[in-house]
Amino acid sequence: MTTATKNKKSQKSSVILDYLRPNKGMPSVWCAGCGNGIVMTAIIRAVDNLGLSKDEVVMASGIGCSSRMPMYLDFSALHTTHGRSLAFATGVKFARPELKVIDITGDGDALAIGGNHFIHACRRNIDITAILINNNIYGMTGGQGSPTTPSGAFSTTTPYGNSEKHFDPCSLAKAAGASFVARTTVYHATQMDTIIQKAISHRGFSLVEVISNCHTYYGRLNRMGDAVAMLNDFKNRAVPLAKSKKMTEEEMVGKFAIGVLHQEEKTEFCDVYQSVVDKVKGGK
Amino acid sequence: MAVSLKGKVAIPEDRFEMRLSGSGGQGMILASVIFAEAIGKTDKRNVVQTQSYGPEARGGASKSDVVISENEIYYPKAIKLDLLLTMTQESLDKYYADLKEGGTLIVDTSLVTEFPTDKYFGLPFTELAKKEAGHVMVANVIALAAIAELTGSVTREALTDAVLSRAPKGTEEKNKKAIEIGFAEAAKLKAKKG
Amino acid sequence: MADKERVLVMGNQACVLGAIYAGLRFFAGYPITPSTEVAEGCARELPKIGGRFIQMEDEIGSIAAVIGASVSGLKAMTATSGPGYSLMIENLGYAYMTETPLVVINVQRGGPSTGLPTKVSQSDTMQAKWGPHGDYTAITVAPSTIGETVTEVIRAFNLAERFRTPVTVLLDEVLGHSRQIITLPEPGEIEIFDRVKPTCSPEEFEAFAMTPNMVSPMPAYGEGYRYVCTGLTHDTKGFTTNKSEEIAPKMYKLRHKIIDYQDEIHKMRAEKMDDAEVAFISYGSVARAALQATDIVRKAGYKVGALQLQTIWPFPDEKLREMCGKCRAVVVAELNMGQIVHEVRRALPPDIEVHELQRYDGEILTPMQLVNKLEEVL
Repeated sequence: MTTATKNKKSQKSSVILDYLRPNKGMPSVWCAGCGNGIVMTAIIRAVDNLGLSKDEVVMASGIGCSSRMPMYLDFSALHTTHGRSLAFATGVKFARPELKVIDITGDGDALAIGGNHFIHACRRNIDITAILINNNIYGMTGGQGSPTTPSGAFSTTTPYGNSEKHFDPCSLAKAAGASFVARTTVYHATQMDTIIQKAISHRGFSLVEVISNCHTYYGRLNRMGDAVAMLNDFKNRAVPLAKSKKMTEEEMVGKFAIGVLHQEEKTEFCDVYQSVVDKVKGGK
Repeated sequence: MAVSLKGKVAIPEDRFEMRLSGSGGQGMILASVIFAEAIGKTDKRNVVQTQSYGPEARGGASKSDVVISENEIYYPKAIKLDLLLTMTQESLDKYYADLKEGGTLIVDTSLVTEFPTDKYFGLPFTELAKKEAGHVMVANVIALAAIAELTGSVTREALTDAVLSRAPKGTEEKNKKAIEIGFAEAAKLKAKKG
Repeated sequence: MADKERVLVMGNQACVLGAIYAGLRFFAGYPITPSTEVAEGCARELPKIGGRFIQMEDEIGSIAAVIGASVSGLKAMTATSGPGYSLMIENLGYAYMTETPLVVINVQRGGPSTGLPTKVSQSDTMQAKWGPHGDYTAITVAPSTIGETVTEVIRAFNLAERFRTPVTVLLDEVLGHSRQIITLPEPGEIEIFDRVKPTCSPEEFEAFAMTPNMVSPMPAYGEGYRYVCTGLTHDTKGFTTNKSEEIAPKMYKLRHKIIDYQDEIHKMRAEKMDDAEVAFISYGSVARAALQATDIVRKAGYKVGALQLQTIWPFPDEKLREMCGKCRAVVVAELNMGQIVHEVRRALPPDIEVHELQRYDGEILTPMQLVNKLEEVL
């Protein structure tokens, strides 16, 4: 599949408006300052830069704040049940491999209730781009602990600090077989554009973890300040991958690497199945 | 209001019901599937085949029923057997009571030693399979051929067709041999019994 | 004309044959006894016709993938048994809400929980109606023979496409695992219904528009009609709503698109009912025991008939009343502790005695058990 890159438009707000769903009332459900909007505009720019038509894109999502995104974007939208979006997306992609399927999910959606679907989508290496907006908490239901809530951190269900360990979605995806794994933050908006574009272009399962701010719950309960303060915190703690490789474990404490963490050429599920179909039909 | 139906109702006569029984691994279910297929290749009768699954099918007594009728087959399982094949003592003990009075009992005499009746057709299917056909696996096919000969339910051609369509590659000759043995031995037995 | 080919087919394979005849192109499933042969058959047959088979990580994912394929324009199906059906319930609800056509085969085994993997039961009858939470109207069909399994699965697809809704096909272990010689319908012999697609422009398009028969035309993804498909209660465009004046019409549509046209859905086999004073009412494999029992007691001179419910849901109240009009009593026979019998009691006038005969020990009711039951009734 080739994806022609259009003449790069200047990134005016009109490009954003072009991709917002007509007739859909605004404002969004997201709190003022929420990182979800930054991710949404990055996706728009990536799709626009890749020259994809709106009809080629299907956006699936589960339940949670981030999962509301497909409502606002003018693509075919499959807003599904909690945690299951990758299984729905698998059905769409496998039924119509010519479509670009983007899955929007959150830390609770993808890693708790949807953990099984997540690892198996990675394992199949099906050509879906999963954008996991990780805000370390359940926002929509009011600030409960999630599988990425760090040990000791506060939430409404960890009022004395989290007793559990947390998942690293990128390590999990890589171990499960995803062929493209990247991490960025809502502070690094320009990098995010590029990474999402690469992820969509990649043939195979791609995971983009976007570290985002829920200042309303996570920030407030953990005294991290407002949206701006949280973005500054991401800026301070994010380390470019190349630099991170030169740092010791101690130096990386409290920090995290950003960039394309893993990419490999690997046969893609729909392609392999199609070759089976061709063989079986040809052999008949 | 209550009535007694005893003596007033009879089991249906338009069905020929047979049960192939033995222990798991003796190929009774496969044999019943083959037999049902052979019926279909012989003429236009209706056939239903059912089986027991589960722990029963793994080691213990295993059974599979085939019901044959000119008419629509309502109840899929056997009600009262016209024919019972038992390949083990256990299955004979367990299912003999389901056989109709005057029904045909066929027994693998290689493995059965105690008989509830002297009215039976006995052939050493397992021994014949090992010694004459070259593999214990085809004991079920010898038994099928014997049933075909004794009942005339299916033609030899139809049975051969059905067996070969299910036989793994490389086992065709052994299966053909098994069919030959089954028909021949049953014919001898029939002649002896008159 | 040449005679049709007679083939020996297992109940679970009959599901595959019927589904492919109806246009199945996508199957997602997870292995479970006693339904696994449906998945195995689809894995073998679908690639041959350019269709797609996927074994998902669980039953939740299976029905999710089926929904994804259906909204993408393919006729899609999954197959399972009790424990798997329970897992599918979540997204079955999503399919009701999003009005997504699909077929679920449930080859019933004993429950609750893991229950009896290899033993027969009809204890999911009520679950097929009330599985998912919330209000909706379910369509459920139940064949009793292998030939009927082929035609009822075809009918299930037609109903799913006609009404834009999931349809459950209830089989049971005995039916799923029995084999019978049948002839298959020729291409064109049975009419196939395909979902109505929109003809308006994308600008005018409303994904859940109210129409005269309450079924909205349904485009496939990628065909130019971009809309939101969500399990949240939505307006005619598909946008989520909390407005009473939009919620009520959506709920009305979910129910009345089916209930107002239920005559198209009901199907019942009646044997010897013309002068029957007593009728057996049953479905699935048990119907075969009932037909046999009817045959047996008729030969003894008793006026007994048999009604086989081929449509279970929506329950055929009116049709049942009509069929049982001359009956003094009915015997409802099922492999559970009493599920459909309560529907029968509700539907029939109080002057018809309703007797019940149940079996829940993992075995099918025998014709003689039904015959013996008549001793109390005749």
